[in-house]
Amino acid sequence: MNILSELIFDYTLRNVALGSMLLGIVSGVLGSFAVLRRQGLLGDALAHAALPGIAIAFMLTGSRSTIVLLLGAGIAGWIGTMLFLRIVKDTTISEDTALGVILSTFFGFGILLLTIIQNQNTADQAGLNRYLFGQAAALVASNVRTFAILGGLAFLILIVFYKEFKLLSFDADFAASIGLRIRSLDILLTSLLVVAVMIGLQTVGVVLMAAMVIGPGAAARQWTDRLVTMLVLAGCFGALAGVTGAVISVQGARLPTGPMIILALTTIVLVSLFFAPKHGYLPEYLRHRRNRRTLTAPDDTSVRDLREGGAA
Amino acid sequence: MSPTMVILVTGVLCAAACSLLGTFLVLRRMSMMTDAISHAILPGLVAGYFLASGPNLLIGALGATGAAILTVTIVEALQRSRYLDGGSAMGIVFPAMFALGTVLVSRYFSDVHLDTDAILYGSIEFSFFDRFVFNGQDLGPQSVWIMSTLLVINVIFLSLFYKELKITTFDPGISAMLGFSPVLVHYSLMLVLSITTVGAFTAVGAILVVALVIVPAATAYLLTDRLIAMMSMSIVIGSVAAWAGFEFALRIDASVSGGMVTMLGLCFLLALLFSPRSGLVANVLRQRHNARRFAVDLLLMHLWTHETTDMEASESTLGHVSAALRWTPNHATGVIDRATDQNLIRNEGARLILTDAGRGQASMLLAG
Repeated sequence: MNILSELIFDYTLRNVALGSMLLGIVSGVLGSFAVLRRQGLLGDALAHAALPGIAIAFMLTGSRSTIVLLLGAGIAGWIGTMLFLRIVKDTTISEDTALGVILSTFFGFGILLLTIIQNQNTADQAGLNRYLFGQAAALVASNVRTFAILGGLAFLILIVFYKEFKLLSFDADFAASIGLRIRSLDILLTSLLVVAVMIGLQTVGVVLMAAMVIGPGAAARQWTDRLVTMLVLAGCFGALAGVTGAVISVQGARLPTGPMIILALTTIVLVSLFFAPKHGYLPEYLRHRRNRRTLTAPDDTSVRDLREGGAA
Repeated sequence: MSPTMVILVTGVLCAAACSLLGTFLVLRRMSMMTDAISHAILPGLVAGYFLASGPNLLIGALGATGAAILTVTIVEALQRSRYLDGGSAMGIVFPAMFALGTVLVSRYFSDVHLDTDAILYGSIEFSFFDRFVFNGQDLGPQSVWIMSTLLVINVIFLSLFYKELKITTFDPGISAMLGFSPVLVHYSLMLVLSITTVGAFTAVGAILVVALVIVPAATAYLLTDRLIAMMSMSIVIGSVAAWAGFEFALRIDASVSGGMVTMLGLCFLLALLFSPRSGLVANVLRQRHNARRFAVDLLLMHLWTHETTDMEASESTLGHVSAALRWTPNHATGVIDRATDQNLIRNEGARLILTDAGRGQASMLLAG
């Protein structure tokens, strides 16, 4: 009860929990498509690619406001995405190598810029460093509003193009054959992921973003074979992980919020992998064992029929 | 060695050691494993720190290698579930490990120096000051020792298993048939990669390790089709970028790792744009060349089809060609000019007539 009242009345906890929840919902739903399209690590690469954008936005404007820096991050992440799609389409380089190249070079360039800023200004640049590891504990009401607007816009686009995205994810060749412009759709869907990354940078940081994108979708996939259900479940799992992580980190001394969110999410993923009734390891194992027993049981009529050369 | 020399030598040795492995990782589509491993070793380092009750290079490295192998094994296991591809499996495992490490650090070691920044950036700048002291004797900078050892390990590994690596990379099916175990080779490669990542990252930081493994090999892949050439090129590219990045970072007073990675990125970008075999510019030129040749072929076939028929006179005027083939008059004029230049057609009055060469080419095209 205590936690519940704190969630509602404690200003800091409410913002942290709300922000983390929004991140969980947006990255969970948008990430589900990345999981289905086997591009899970795209979120990881985008998060890393955003770093130089943050540094350049700061260098150009001198502003440390969230919206300016996130805009820079979004633009850099988007350029990274375009480059990734181009490399995969026009060269023989495989997807994972293209991701690795984008991720490491953009991030290294970002580090270079950050150290230039650091060595030029004597003023602290802690405001920039927070994007590396996230600082959910520092979320304020205006951040939450920004997240809500960004996430709302992304969902609006998702609803409008839902049918097209669904087809693109499950049968891109068919989508192309009926005249959908899959290249533009591909760019649009990937760009939506950039929005999730923008929200995530401030909360969980660059390194942990991969899990926020993949985790909820991967967990949801275990429970259902329907896309709508999967998206809703992924949003719920993401939200649950976000709120749980925020609450736990407030309870315990010296427990950083971002990593706690990820650990909560990992628990959800593990439970889903092992115990989900349809595709979980444990139910599947039990099913296999039962099938084996039925097959070898001597009094089983179907087997006896088989042995005797079919039912008479 | 002077401090700057130490940094440079460390960088070049690291480049060579990483690019050797990188070649195979890029070809086996496992580049992102480096990224996963470089982050997942954090809890192992913390465990090592805990066991040795203080910073101890060897125990820390053992813990980190353990964490790396654990990561590889879990990723493999998850990948066997039908609903997760390798990338997604990695993307779940390594953030979990990194988060666990971060929580452990901030909970139990917040007063000691085990900073997560240093793990990403590394501190190649200070490599001169970490000395390798044995029996009270200063044997030189630690980073140079570590990187040389890693280079030697990688060279030995590759020369022992070159044939196995090559065949399992290019044709796992054949290799299994011939009695080479792709699984064994995979795990050996992962073990060596883990050791390299752990060792290199204490010297230069996670981000430079990832970049040095993937980017030189990817750049070389754009430039050549041959394995040996790809390996040697990636070593050269990695070393040159390390040197150039170092000089660059010194000039502008910025992170040396950052400078080196930026130069690697620049090398890749140049290869991506200008590689003669698969660069973007070459692609565009090739497409344009093909489009032009196809247009000329189309014109020849059109003329040849109508040659010696009643319609010949009307079908072979400029206006009709452009209407029949749906070309703009400008485009049609261009194609006709090119065909004339190549002596495939002649322009007689308003009529286009095939030359012998043109007739030959058209009949060959149509005969298939």
